[in-house]
Amino acid sequence: MSDKSAATTRTGIWYEPDASLKRRYAADKRLRMYGVAAIVFALSMLAILVGTIVMTALPAVTQTHVTLQVELPAEAIDRSDPRSASYQKMLADTISRLYPEVDTPRELRELRQLFTNNAQYMLRDMVVADPSLIGQTVDFTFPMSDIGDQLHKGGIDRNLPPEQRRINNDQIGWYDRLVEQGRITTPLNTGMIFNADSRFPELAGLRGALVGSFYALLICFLVSFPVGISAAVYLEEFAPKNRWTDLIEVNINNLAAVPSIVFGLLGLAVFLNFFGMPRSAPIVGGLVLSLMTLPTIIIATRAALKAVPPSIREAAIGVGASKMQTVGHHVLPLAMPGILTGTIIGLAQALGETAPLLLIGMNAFITAAPDSMFNPSTALPTQIYIWADSPERGFTSRTSAAIVVLLGFLVCMNAIAIYMRKRFERKW
Amino acid sequence: MTKSVEGADVLADQAARAGTHDVKVAASKVSVFYGEKQALFDVTIDIPARQVMAFIGPSGCGKSTFLRCINRMNDTIDICRVTGSIEIDGANVYDAKIDPVLLRARVGMVFQKPNPFPKSIYDNIAYGPRIHGKAKAGSEMDTIVEASLRRAGLWNEVKDRLKEPGTGLSGGQQQRLCIARAIAVNPDIILMDEPCSALDPIATAKVEELIDELRERYTIVIVTHSMQQAARVSQRAAFFHLGHLVEEGATEHMFTNPSDRRTQDYITGRFG
Repeated sequence: MSDKSAATTRTGIWYEPDASLKRRYAADKRLRMYGVAAIVFALSMLAILVGTIVMTALPAVTQTHVTLQVELPAEAIDRSDPRSASYQKMLADTISRLYPEVDTPRELRELRQLFTNNAQYMLRDMVVADPSLIGQTVDFTFPMSDIGDQLHKGGIDRNLPPEQRRINNDQIGWYDRLVEQGRITTPLNTGMIFNADSRFPELAGLRGALVGSFYALLICFLVSFPVGISAAVYLEEFAPKNRWTDLIEVNINNLAAVPSIVFGLLGLAVFLNFFGMPRSAPIVGGLVLSLMTLPTIIIATRAALKAVPPSIREAAIGVGASKMQTVGHHVLPLAMPGILTGTIIGLAQALGETAPLLLIGMNAFITAAPDSMFNPSTALPTQIYIWADSPERGFTSRTSAAIVVLLGFLVCMNAIAIYMRKRFERKW
Repeated sequence: MTKSVEGADVLADQAARAGTHDVKVAASKVSVFYGEKQALFDVTIDIPARQVMAFIGPSGCGKSTFLRCINRMNDTIDICRVTGSIEIDGANVYDAKIDPVLLRARVGMVFQKPNPFPKSIYDNIAYGPRIHGKAKAGSEMDTIVEASLRRAGLWNEVKDRLKEPGTGLSGGQQQRLCIARAIAVNPDIILMDEPCSALDPIATAKVEELIDELRERYTIVIVTHSMQQAARVSQRAAFFHLGHLVEEGATEHMFTNPSDRRTQDYITGRFG
């Protein structure tokens, strides 16, 4: 083996490493360094990405609220129909009492711009929910508008010259007075999760997108899981091995590589235009996503079925189980962890998929969460797309926050998949 | 076709078969093809009832292939084609009327590597009777499970842990569990494909002892690589070589006085 080199290079004591051995170790070390460097690079990129998103999202964790004492005069509100009263006027009265010096219409408009546009409806809902408040003066807490929120969180630099910021000196003065009076609070931004979408960032939330994504994934699972497993079981266990099955196999593998926007076009053409299904509806989104998920599930299922050792099939056939019993009683249950892992990964992909949903109109602006899978809705990724496109400053942090929510779901799903793989891993 | 049986052997054969031992399996001109390749050439052999018949021969000689023809396990291989006939109690198993599922209930099989289902010991035994509708769940099934485990000599070792997975047993116990599983569907014939090749000598001895006991009730065909094992457990032996049945006869006779040169070479360890 190394007789020749030993004969030529060995001069010192036998355990002294010679030059060639040192070179080998140096090469090993270099190779390991390359590997470590690559991993460090990848991890730091990931850290930068996640770090940026989280940092941008942080302001959206809280929402600036203001508390005003609103008088709810009994004579202004009809107890039998509290909905019809003019809450806008009650709010305007409250604000005028706070700022008696503000009287021109322009100034009044600018003052109102500090508060969210929908404050009157929130006040109305509060009274409708609890009519006993009528006739009292209540503490009414509601969100500041986007500019108020930004000013409070430092998103607007008050030292800039007034013409370079979206808020004028008067507005800053009025805001400062609210702070002095202790009316400003920054509670956790629960509206981010529980509100539906809105034009106003202080009111916009992910509820519609979450419900839409849930329905779409449900449909996707209900369609692609049984169909995918049936197809894979047939192809793997029952189909004759001939040119047709080869052709089908190649096509399924190709299907997995088709760009998702093509599935969107297909869904648009088939589900919307041909079958006349409702536009923007989660059911269509789910069907389109299931087309994308099918090949993933089929491929994962076939791999899981292949991994079941033939000895188990032989054992079942040997005691007289039919083909169907062999598959149903033994092979499929043993393959199930692998199948579920593949399914979860497929669904996680589907959850993050945007392009096909854009084409079937799931990027519509919809201010209510869908009641059913037939109502128009958005989904998480399309909601991110919509918000990323919106000009208001408040949407910047909300877009990042929505990305964090989406990433959170993806990480959870993948963690479940990994856990299941570890938990049910079998040594044969 | 090189089966050579001399006159004296024929007489000895007839003597051995006389009395209680009828022919259980009668194979006639069985050939097996894997695609274009022929793996077995015109094998004709009678397997007597309630005896142990050993198939011996070097690797790739076709003994396992032939064994798997008897319960049509080869059906599961797409490219496999079988010609000739194998009659069990006078009915050809390759007849269109024969349902392979029923056939395999009559012809149990034990494999090279112990392959218990990854279920409980109880369910391993109960699976066969359950799918064949031979017993209802409950006490009837309990009886079958106990009887099968007793017959496989495993009852005392596992009676307290029937709910534990069969894969948790030792290799030898697993193989006896597989034998018990085969017995549970009440077969006539048990095929064993090198049942001891994955076991240590002590476990092997137990299985061999078990095979000897099972002979009273079942016709057993065993494929083995070990000459000694064939000598210990079988009454009759068949030597396969390159897809041909070279010689078949009483084990004792074949091991002491083989009539074919190749058999002698194999037995004495010159090849294989």
